[in-house]
Amino acid sequence: MSQLFTHPLPWYVAGPLIGLVVPALLLIGNKPFGISSNFRHVCAALAPCGIEFFRHDWKQLGAWNLAFLSGLFLGAIAAWQLAPSAHIAISSGTVAALHHLGLTDLSGLAPHEVFAWSSLLTVKGFIAIIVGGFLVGFGTAYAGGCTSGHAIAGLADLQPASLLAVCGFFAGGLTTTYVLLPILFR
Amino acid sequence: MSLLPYFVLGGAFGFVLVEAEVVSWFRIQEMFRFESFHMYGIIGTAVVTAALSLVAIGRLGVRDAAGQPLALQPKKVGSGVRYLAGGTIFGLGWALTGACPGPLIALVGSGVSVMLVAVLSALAGTWTYGLLRPRLPH
Repeated sequence: MSQLFTHPLPWYVAGPLIGLVVPALLLIGNKPFGISSNFRHVCAALAPCGIEFFRHDWKQLGAWNLAFLSGLFLGAIAAWQLAPSAHIAISSGTVAALHHLGLTDLSGLAPHEVFAWSSLLTVKGFIAIIVGGFLVGFGTAYAGGCTSGHAIAGLADLQPASLLAVCGFFAGGLTTTYVLLPILFR
Repeated sequence: MSLLPYFVLGGAFGFVLVEAEVVSWFRIQEMFRFESFHMYGIIGTAVVTAALSLVAIGRLGVRDAAGQPLALQPKKVGSGVRYLAGGTIFGLGWALTGACPGPLIALVGSGVSVMLVAVLSALAGTWTYGLLRPRLPH
């Protein structure tokens, strides 16, 4: 089965397939592509606590998106079982930069030294996993979207709000890459 | 409303995210270091494909069952603060976890189970935003 795929699936195949999710969701039920709304729907379902942001009808507005997210999870499991990427062949420049940061094991999808249950309560693991996850949830809710809603659907629809959001994504991402990671890992 | 088509489409999306290595922390590092075209190629062609599709749907005047035109709702720009500030906060987290929300969920099922903690933490982040929302500039 793994012979069916070269890894990674080339960008010129993956990109158009991902882009087609936008019209597919419109054609199925006039729905906007956006993953991070699901965090809001889950909060509304589990712990609304009288907060106005979570008083929306999450079943009416979010059931389709939670179904999409469930599919995403199972699709990822299927992909990993059928044809896993054994080794991510990143560029030599990035390999050198990551070695310089002190990461030695570059196998797998994410560095084992940081993204493991045993690292969760180390400084690196806590900041990368717990603080990082918190910032993803807070930031996407504040910005009203993530990579799917703003960087793909919003930019494709030429929305100025999404261009501002994507500028923010990169401002934050570059700050982490060039300022926070060197402090955290070295 | 049948949820099955959304579930199947989500499955295809999750499959592509893993096979194209979009879920990899290493690919996101490479992107933020501008050392590979891979992620830019994916996002760029996704945007172009989606944009051409939106133009085609608009030109054809396709409508949903309720008679509404198929389209994305425009986001109010306002002062733009929420997009820049929220976007920057998300970006900080994106490069730390090496995953935006879709890949975060996908990773739990593709061998990085500790990302379940990041997902729960993201829920806590969204919940905290909801709590602070009336006091934040938008």
